[in-house]
Amino acid sequence: MKKLLFVAATAAVTALPIHADTVAPTNVAFSDGAVSGSLTGVAGDPAEGRILMNKGSGNCIACHAVSALDDLPFHGEIGPPLDGVADRWSEAELRGIIANAKEMFPETMMPSFYKTTGFVRPGNAYTGKAAEGELDPLLTAQQVEDVVAYLLTLKE
Amino acid sequence: MKKAIAISSGAAALCLMVTPLLAEPDDDSLVINEELQMVTETEAPDHLEYVNTIYSGWRFRTDETQALQLDDFDNPAMLTVDAAIDAFNTVDGSEGKSCASCHAGPEDFAGLTASMPKVIDGKLVVMEDLLNNHRAKAMGAEPWKWSGQEMQGMVALIGLQSRGMPVDVAIDGEAAPFWEKGKEIYYTRYGQLELSCANCHEDNYGNMIRADHLSQGQINGFPTYRLKQAKLISKHNRFRGCIRDTRAETFAEGSDEFRALELYVQSRGNGLSVETPAVRQ
Ligand code: HEC
Ligand code: HEC
Ligand code: HEC
Repeated sequence: MKKLLFVAATAAVTALPIHADTVAPTNVAFSDGAVSGSLTGVAGDPAEGRILMNKGSGNCIACHAVSALDDLPFHGEIGPPLDGVADRWSEAELRGIIANAKEMFPETMMPSFYKTTGFVRPGNAYTGKAAEGELDPLLTAQQVEDVVAYLLTLKE
Repeated sequence: MKKAIAISSGAAALCLMVTPLLAEPDDDSLVINEELQMVTETEAPDHLEYVNTIYSGWRFRTDETQALQLDDFDNPAMLTVDAAIDAFNTVDGSEGKSCASCHAGPEDFAGLTASMPKVIDGKLVVMEDLLNNHRAKAMGAEPWKWSGQEMQGMVALIGLQSRGMPVDVAIDGEAAPFWEKGKEIYYTRYGQLELSCANCHEDNYGNMIRADHLSQGQINGFPTYRLKQAKLISKHNRFRGCIRDTRAETFAEGSDEFRALELYVQSRGNGLSVETPAVRQ
């Protein structure tokens, strides 16, 4: 758990400075679950995205298996395997799914990674205590772009 | 463990995609001390809408962890239970009494755990409440900490007297409003991850979430001895951990919310054998 917190903290630090043209979590425009424009205007880095798939704020493989991440142990079975996901979804759709999967799949168990409001008893990370002040999204805007960039490499 | 490795191969992943069926719990049968046959799988109680069969958490654990529950000599929880037997006979508090001053022995409480929690005088009462009330009123002794080993050792000792009996907790009559409240908590998606108990333990039991093989989150084996923490874990401590992991503000151990949740979760296990004290990873 300490490790998780640590990763989340460094992620927040390296994500600064926020660009003036970054779309705020409350301002993301969804169309049929997809988000067409970049959230930051800065191209995503697939290598960073690959790291986020593992532990920390992303932790995607807690729920998804990804063959290209075979070097990492323990892939989950909650969501579908993400192999070939770039063949199934467009960049805009993937951005929408990461930002707020509930727009694409209502009621889905997948967390909303770029959302800051509307939670029941939000906590202060994994402390079990109440959140203080405004929540940070699980992923920063640039991290969303990084994960999208990584997912776009998953072709069959 | 085996499973996680299998999935990371592409072929297995494809199979999963075309058959999104629940991975089943294993087929092992639990017989304790070579004589006590436990019911670890049975028809779900009528009130469950989305589940047909209920399973003990034991069925989802590895063979190594399962083995520790087969014989009381191997069960690490029994050390704490032995300490509770000593405590039962030890004078404590201003009245100069031990439990044994008024109760012949823990055997007097056979069957009690199978029917707990229950409503007494309009209040929903769990075992920890009974014990601390008793310590205060009958003995003039200090209350035990909810999840401390003295308390959980005694909860386990009393639970052991019901081992093998079917969980049979009342949900109607006076219990109904508490049960409804517990049910509401069970289906609420808490925290920044927006996950309910049902998301993990009803919709996904049998599946792996990261390195964990999800069970139905039953409490028929509580308090359980967790190898990772090397001690007995209370039900409320487990609830707290599960809610905390959704990045939520949890409820407190001993809160009315957790009493209600305990009643509801216990009722989802009506028909399984009491397994106290169970062993978990
Ligand atoms: C708590 C579990 C969970 C986590 C964590 C999670 N997902 Fe998901 N994801 C799901 C589920 C369940 C679905 C299936 C959608 C539905 O509910 O119908 C899904 C669907 C998807 C899809 C669509 C897949 C397809 O082929 O249709 C993508 C892409 C995806 N997730 C990416 C991610 C990424 C990237 C992350 C990490 C940033 C992530 N998920 C984290 C549970 C999760
Ligand atoms: C002074 C006598 C006295 C002492 C000391 C005492 N008890 Fe009791 N206990 C009673 C009586 C009388 C009842 C039944 C009435 C009641 O529930 O208060 C009872 C009931 C109980 C019950 C509930 C039984 C049921 O079926 O509802 C439990 C459990 C219990 N005692 C455990 C303990 C334990 C454990 C201790 C020591 C920590 C203890 N008692 C000490 C007198 C005592
Ligand atoms: C993100 C998924 C998740 C959520 C949400 C969740 N749990 Fe759990 N829970 C787990 C995991 C993982 C374990 C350990 C493996 C197992 O037994 O399922 C566990 C274990 C348990 C156990 C111990 C079972 C045993 O046999 O030892 C109980 C009881 C439990 N959970 C109850 C709850 C309750 C009640 C809630 C809702 C307040 C809840 N859980 C929410 C993931 C979750």
